Amino acid sequence: MQKRSIVPIVYILFLLLPIYWLVAMSFKTTNEILSGFSLFPQTFTLENYKVIFTDPTWYWGYINSIIYVSLNTVISVAVALPAAYAFSRYRFLGDKQLFFWLLTNRMAPAAVFALPFFQLYSAVGLFDTHLAVALAHCLFNIPLAVWILEGFMGGIPKELDETAFVDGYSFPRFFATIFIPSIKAGVGVAAFFCFMFSWVELLLAKTLTAVYAKPIAATMTKTASSAGYELGLLAAAGTLTIIPGAIVIYFVRNYIAKGFAMGRV
Amino acid sequence: MKTENNKGWFFVLPVLILVAFNALIPMMTVVNYSVQETFGDNVFFWQGLDWFEQILRSDRFHAALGRQFLFTFLILIIEIPLGIAIALAMPRKGFWVPVCLVTMALPMLIPWNVVGAMWNIFTLPDIGLLGYFFNHVLGIEYNMTQSPLAAWMTIVTMDVWHWTSLVVLLAYAGLVSIPDAYYQAAKIDGASNWSVFRYIQLPKMKNVLTIAILLRFMDSFNIYTEPFVLTGGGPGNSTTLLSIDLVKIALGQFDLGPAAAMSLIYFAITLLVSWLFYTLMTKDDLN
Repeated sequence: MQKRSIVPIVYILFLLLPIYWLVAMSFKTTNEILSGFSLFPQTFTLENYKVIFTDPTWYWGYINSIIYVSLNTVISVAVALPAAYAFSRYRFLGDKQLFFWLLTNRMAPAAVFALPFFQLYSAVGLFDTHLAVALAHCLFNIPLAVWILEGFMGGIPKELDETAFVDGYSFPRFFATIFIPSIKAGVGVAAFFCFMFSWVELLLAKTLTAVYAKPIAATMTKTASSAGYELGLLAAAGTLTIIPGAIVIYFVRNYIAKGFAMGRV
Repeated sequence: MKTENNKGWFFVLPVLILVAFNALIPMMTVVNYSVQETFGDNVFFWQGLDWFEQILRSDRFHAALGRQFLFTFLILIIEIPLGIAIALAMPRKGFWVPVCLVTMALPMLIPWNVVGAMWNIFTLPDIGLLGYFFNHVLGIEYNMTQSPLAAWMTIVTMDVWHWTSLVVLLAYAGLVSIPDAYYQAAKIDGASNWSVFRYIQLPKMKNVLTIAILLRFMDSFNIYTEPFVLTGGGPGNSTTLLSIDLVKIALGQFDLGPAAAMSLIYFAITLLVSWLFYTLMTKDDLN
């Protein structure tokens, strides 16, 4: 038993090393970073974080990212719920083809869509809004949400629906008060994955925004090139992008793996 | 048993509208560009299938496609077995389970450009932890901006760091769903560790592994941001994967026609390979 646990320990150390280095860098002064190698910050500084929390172009990047990610998560899960219900309960004309077509949208490289997306969202007047990014991310998040939710719903016996209808529940009331609470875990997992893929995506988010809805990730690339080699600042900004994900993952830790495991293949 | 009910369409309508808006309109734009030539000012000329022919015959495309297949092959061959091995060695219950799961999932939640930037900082020859270790402790010369081999090893290691956890989480989910009775039966029969793995654990993980392989294939085949931030496709063109090359053509040179044709070929290859994987891995279930 003891010998076996070496493997996960070594793996976790391997995962944490680059993260440690990023965090360590964020507490160093630019001078120290460029002057040579040091395993720990010699002159510990919070200057880099201070810059981020006082400069609006920096902290608005975080706010923008969180706005469109939340918006996307809400939209994706809200529309995926009824669709997943239909896929799990009904057989209808073209259902299998439709399901597969939805999944193919996860296979399209974002690079393919960058330019057409820019033109489409400019044409409908949504360019540089949070809504544009939230809607664009639906392309790959809705199929995923449908896939995960359908898996969870498949585990709920159909008798639940029938009993509720016999008891005189209307469909919307049954769906909202009985069905959704019984797949709470699934909703959590789907929301988590939508949050995750929207949070980490940069190419589309960057293409669809300029000033008002610019994500933190784009602020980072622009600052990196304009302000020269401010590694400490870049590292601090990077460190801060890890935090929202870490918080979210803590809440769904028991469900993440289950979400995919129950999906249909 | 599912009921035959075309009312289902009303339920999927919102999904259909949103995804179609995002998928079909841009896709039609791409198709439109792929058969035309433009000199700017929104003036277009019919070009037929010339761009497709040009792309399919170009050495540049073949080279990028070759690199892309090599990259994806390396990723799958490393991450899938490694992920299974780690999942097998993980504790099944107790305090350490959530600790393992949370730390392992951490890399997947970091924005992709931050992943690239992080590995850049990590591997800088004289001031990065890994770079310093190789160059000054081991005495092995290691510089991504000069050696294609070092660049390749770095992007592969970065991807292993970034995504092996997905395989671990999925394989682990498959493993914990195996009832204890299976293991007890195997113990009574005196089964070796290998046969427990081969005849109990592997079959039970098959479904989740199919998802893992498909997701890892799609995502590694479409990878863009991380290697772009880390190496920018260099040194030379040695790490210019398909997406990076595509963006170079589309936004760098603004050759919309060839870029669009290349996008469609790229998408078709991804679809075809995914479909092949899917059919191969699920064909036993159908019999």
